[in-house]
Order: sequence, then C-alpha cells, then structure tokens
Amino acid sequence: MWDYSEKVKEHFFNPRNAGVLEEADGVGDVGAISCGDALRLMIKVDPSTEIITAAKFQTFGCGSAIASSSALTEMIIGKTIAEAMVITNQDIADFLGGLPPEKMHCSVMGYEALRAAVANYRGEAWVDDHEEGTLLCKCFGIDDAMVERTVRANALTSIEQVTYYTKAGGSCSTCIEGIEEVLTRVNRAMVEEGLLEPGLAFGKSASKPMAQIKPLPVVKPVTHLPKAGISPLAPTGKAAQPQMTTLQKIRLIEQAIEELRPILRQDGGDCELVDVEGDKVMVRLSGACVGCQMASVTVQGVQERLISKLGHPLRVIPISATH
Amino acid sequence: MKPVYLDNNATTRVDPQVLGAMLPYFSEQFGNASSMHSFGASVGPALKTARQQVQALLGAAFDHEIIFTSGGTESDNTAILSALESQTGRHEVVTSAVEHPAVLSLCDYLEKHRGIKVHRIPVDSMGRLDIEAYRKALGPRTAIVSIMWANNETGTLFPVDGLAELAHAAGALFHTDAVQAVGKIPMDLKSTEIDMLSLSGHKLHGPKGVGALYVRRGVRFRPLLRGGHQERARRAGTENVPAIIGLGAASEMALAHMAEENTRVKQLRDRLEKTILERIPHCFVTGDPDDRLPNTSNIAFEYIEGEAILLLLNQAGIAASSGSACTSGSLEPSHVLRAMKVPYTAAHGATRFSLSRDNDDADIDQVISVLPGIIERLRQLSPFWESRGSTQAFAPAYA
Repeated sequence: MWDYSEKVKEHFFNPRNAGVLEEADGVGDVGAISCGDALRLMIKVDPSTEIITAAKFQTFGCGSAIASSSALTEMIIGKTIAEAMVITNQDIADFLGGLPPEKMHCSVMGYEALRAAVANYRGEAWVDDHEEGTLLCKCFGIDDAMVERTVRANALTSIEQVTYYTKAGGSCSTCIEGIEEVLTRVNRAMVEEGLLEPGLAFGKSASKPMAQIKPLPVVKPVTHLPKAGISPLAPTGKAAQPQMTTLQKIRLIEQAIEELRPILRQDGGDCELVDVEGDKVMVRLSGACVGCQMASVTVQGVQERLISKLGHPLRVIPISATH
Repeated sequence: MKPVYLDNNATTRVDPQVLGAMLPYFSEQFGNASSMHSFGASVGPALKTARQQVQALLGAAFDHEIIFTSGGTESDNTAILSALESQTGRHEVVTSAVEHPAVLSLCDYLEKHRGIKVHRIPVDSMGRLDIEAYRKALGPRTAIVSIMWANNETGTLFPVDGLAELAHAAGALFHTDAVQAVGKIPMDLKSTEIDMLSLSGHKLHGPKGVGALYVRRGVRFRPLLRGGHQERARRAGTENVPAIIGLGAASEMALAHMAEENTRVKQLRDRLEKTILERIPHCFVTGDPDDRLPNTSNIAFEYIEGEAILLLLNQAGIAASSGSACTSGSLEPSHVLRAMKVPYTAAHGATRFSLSRDNDDADIDQVISVLPGIIERLRQLSPFWESRGSTQAFAPAYA
C-alpha cells in the first residue's frame, strides 16, 4: 500500500474539476497509456487578462495521478497564465502534502499538461522529448535516451553530474546502476569518437572518492548537438519568449537566487551566484548544503525556479567551494 | 461491515488451528532439535511429522525428499543454482516469460553476470505455453527447466507433467515453482517426472517465512546455504521450528480441504466472474478459462487503471490486487499480461480476485454490489473512455 498523504487521498476520493470542459480555449494531452498515466487538461482563458477562469481534467491513472490532476486545477484557476506557469511539479506535490518518490512523475505530468494546454491556447506546438527509450529513473520519468543525450551534450562523466543535469537518480536512487551502465557505454563511445579524454571517462575514476570528482571537468564543447533536452522539465516547444539582454537575464537570475537564500538559510545552508555563461548558471552552495545528501535536490529546485522565472531552459551547475 | 479479503494469492490468513499447533514451539518446546537434552526432545519427532504432512500433500514418495526453507524464493533460487552447479557441461536454463520474479530475476542475474544462457518460452494470448518453442529450446546444454505450475496473476496452469517428460528426454532436470498450486490442486509427485518443486507456507494458510523444496531422491543437489548439518546438510541453519510445524499443519489442512477448494470455492469464483462479465461492459477474463486454479479470477477492465480500482475497492472494505504498473512501483504493467499481449488499455486495469476457503457468498455479493459503480466512476474520469473507438481517439503528446 502506498503511503499517501491525507490530502492525496482526499483529492483522489473527491476529485475537483473532473470531467469535460465544454468549449475549452486550450487543451493539453500528455502521458501515455503504456506508462499507465495520461492526462487531458482543459482550460478557459480570459483573453484580455490571460486569467485562467476555468480548468477541468480527465485522467487515466493511479490514485496519485488523479489527485495531482485535481490539485493542478485548483492551483491554476484564477491565476494568470504567467502566474500559473511558475508552478513547478514540486509545488503540486507540496500542495498535496507530498507524494511518494516513485509517484513524483504524477506531478511532472501535471506540470507538462499545463504547458501543453497553454501552448495549445497560444496555437503553438508543444513538443516533449521523453519516452523514447527505456525508462531509467522512475521517480522523475527519465529514460535512457534522455540521459544519453545529456551525457553527450555536456560530456558528463559522473553519476552526480547526471543527477544534477537530468534529476535521474535524485530520489530513490534505485536506478544508479542503470545510470552507470549508460554512462559507461556513452563515455566509452565518446572516447572512441575523440570527444572525451580517456582518463576522464566514467569508470576510470570510479575508485576515487566522490568528493574528489570535479563537478565539471573541462572538456571539448560539443557544438553540433541541439540544446533541447538539457532539462527534462524545460518546455522545448517554441515558447513565445521576448529576447532578453544578458544583463536583464543576470539580474533576473540574481533576483531569483536572492529569493531562495532565506529558505536555504533556514536549514543552515546558502547559495550564491558565481557566474553566468550562456545557459549555464554557476552557483556555490555553502554552509549546511556542502556535503548534504539532498544538495542535488536543492540544485534541481534552484534550476526549476530559474527556468520558470526566465521561461528559458538553462542549467544550474554547482561549483564546489574549494575550486 | 465485515472486510472482504480476496487477495489470497498474495497471502492467506493463518488458520487458527495452524496457529494453535505452532504456539507450544515458541514456549514450552523451545529447544533446538540438535540438542542432547529434553528441551529439544519433542522437536525432532515434530519436524518429522511436519515433513510427512508436506510429503502427503505433494504425493511424494519419501519424507526426506522435503527440505524446509525460508519460503518460495529461497526454494526457487536453491533449485536453479543447484542444477547449474551439479550438472557439468550444461549451462543453459529454460524458463517461461511469465514466471514469478523469484525465478526471472535470478535468471536475469545469471545471464548477465555468469554467462548462463536463458531461454524464456513465450505464451499465447490465453497465457498458455508455446510448446513448440519449448521443445526447440531444450538441448544437450540445458541444465534445468524451471516452469511454474500455476501462474500467480492469472491462475493459468502449465502442463508440468508433460513438460517434465520432455525435459528428461533432453537430459535436463525439471523444477517447478508450485507456490500458487500447492494446496489448491491435487498432486501426486511420485507418479510424475518432476525433479524439484518449490512451495511456500503463507499461500496455504500457514505462516510466512517458511517453505519447502521437494528434491526427488537420487537427484544431484548442491546446497545454497552451507553450515550445520540440518536438513541432511542440504539447508544449513537451525530449523525455524514453529514455522515448520505450522507449514506441516497447514499442509494437512489443505489436503483435507482439497475437495472444497475445487467445488465450493470454485463455484464462488465462477459466480463472481460470471456476474462481473454480465454487469460491466468492456471487461474480460485473462488467462486460460479452462486450465486454471479454482480460486483465481483476473479481470481486465478497459480504459481505467488498476490502482485506482483497488483504492476504491479498499474504501468499500474489499481487498483485491492488481498487476497494474502503479501498484507494483514499477511503471510497466504486469510482465505476465504483457507476455500475453493484453493491450495496454486493458492490462493497466487488470484486477485479480483470489479466493480461499475463508470466503463465502456474502463476500461475493458485496463485490458485485459495489464494483460496477466503481468502474463506471473511474471511466467517467478517463480520457480514453470517452474517445474509445472514435477516429479522434485521445492521443497524448508522447504516446
């Protein structure tokens, strides 16, 4: 029996806004029956204010999928699209008093359904890049193709990096062995193709203690690969984003990190911005964050916050204090 | 309202008589069977009685063919590893695509880490073994065949007698995981060619943490656990005396109730199944309708997901089970239903009702009274239900 919170149970047994929304302005269909989950989100939007005036859902899925859908509709009704798009899958899970790690993908589905529905409202195509290969990380719904692409594009050489970049392995960690297999295979191929120094490949340095592995070894940039697919949660469709100057972007990032610091300080940790380089945001975690097992989750949280703030896919890379 | 327990393939209630038989072995008779004093004096004979009770249930020729273990998983692991170790020159395993993970996970491991070749014989849409593929897989390199007697999810029975003869013709040993079959269908191992058989106590109203491996006399054997001389040095470790006594008592009771299992319990199952099929549209029984355990009914409800069904059934005081993705923690639906090529839209909604002699007509009536409403309610929530059969079928973004 899953350990569902009371709120999850309550939303499952009494789902809000279930059913068909007649004359919806935007419809988002996500999920796949082969994974056991699918969600159709229907929204009505006031065109003058962009306020979501109504939302309904239909869900094929387990208890937490239905509860997440119900929660999502409650969270977005009355918000403007811009406000609603800030909601992360973690926010949906938090709203429900938490979800079991294996069920986090239910909240991700809600997150994606909203993006799909908004894209549909705006007349854009929403493209998702999951589910091409075998599912590797069940908690975050990351498949091996996604991990492989990210490892290649960023020349990743450690499990920790894969978790930072894709979330895979960041929760229940039962897929670590699977990530190791992908890393070993892809790194070996990259060495053969001359894209990676043999000494840096995963497996060569596996005997080193984790702390000694640099978060980001200097490697040849791989420029011919598309940038899409870097974050599993980044919308890869043509989201209408106004062009920002680098300065505006850095200010926004600074502002987002400043907003986060009080939360981290409550737990005795801290985070500061070190550098911004294209879509890479280097941060330094300090205090209790250093050596914390949950640090990768914190980095994910920072990344999600920045992505929703900027509406642009980017990566948050932790720089260790000693380097 | 009395709770309705229809998940007896998962585990059963320990029979009060079984519990009564076990209790003295926690308190007065706490001794070690190996000790030379009176605290363990009655333990040795009691273990022998338990062995004979299991022997009788299986129809085995000798009581020393029964080795007590910690359960079905240990028995399965012991049988397969023993065969691979003891048969020099034979490095292949033949099994089915629908085995319990206790066999399949071990086979995956042996294939990956020990270079053992594993043949997984497919099944048809009714869960029946592809006998031609089975014949072809057998050969001079086959060390062991491990094929279940009854499938835990659908209840489908495999013709293990005939399969054992074919295995012997190829010079291979034959093991069967009979965890779901023992106690539910009559057995007479001495008249078959089955070499090894696994069973588990808690599936037949006995305690958890105890099981047995039947090893036919004369079959080469290598122990999994080495240590003391217990179980004739075939399974080291001080005997789990109370549990073994419980397994013995449960075996004797299962034999006594065998006729009831195949008449009264089967009639309850058949009535449940027939009524569901009549009252609920878009559902069907999975597995072989004829060659099937008398207590099991696995019904696939299309367009909805199993965990949601179970949660609502549970709210109505009914315990059942599902091969759906979400209940198992893996995201794939049941490997058994996938091997049978049950469509995804139905496999996710497969719900297993497994009965026992503890059930009665009132239990079945209660399920029949609430289930149609539950299925209807979830279908109203499902985007697949509304668009079923339509050309504008619901097609989510990464389907």
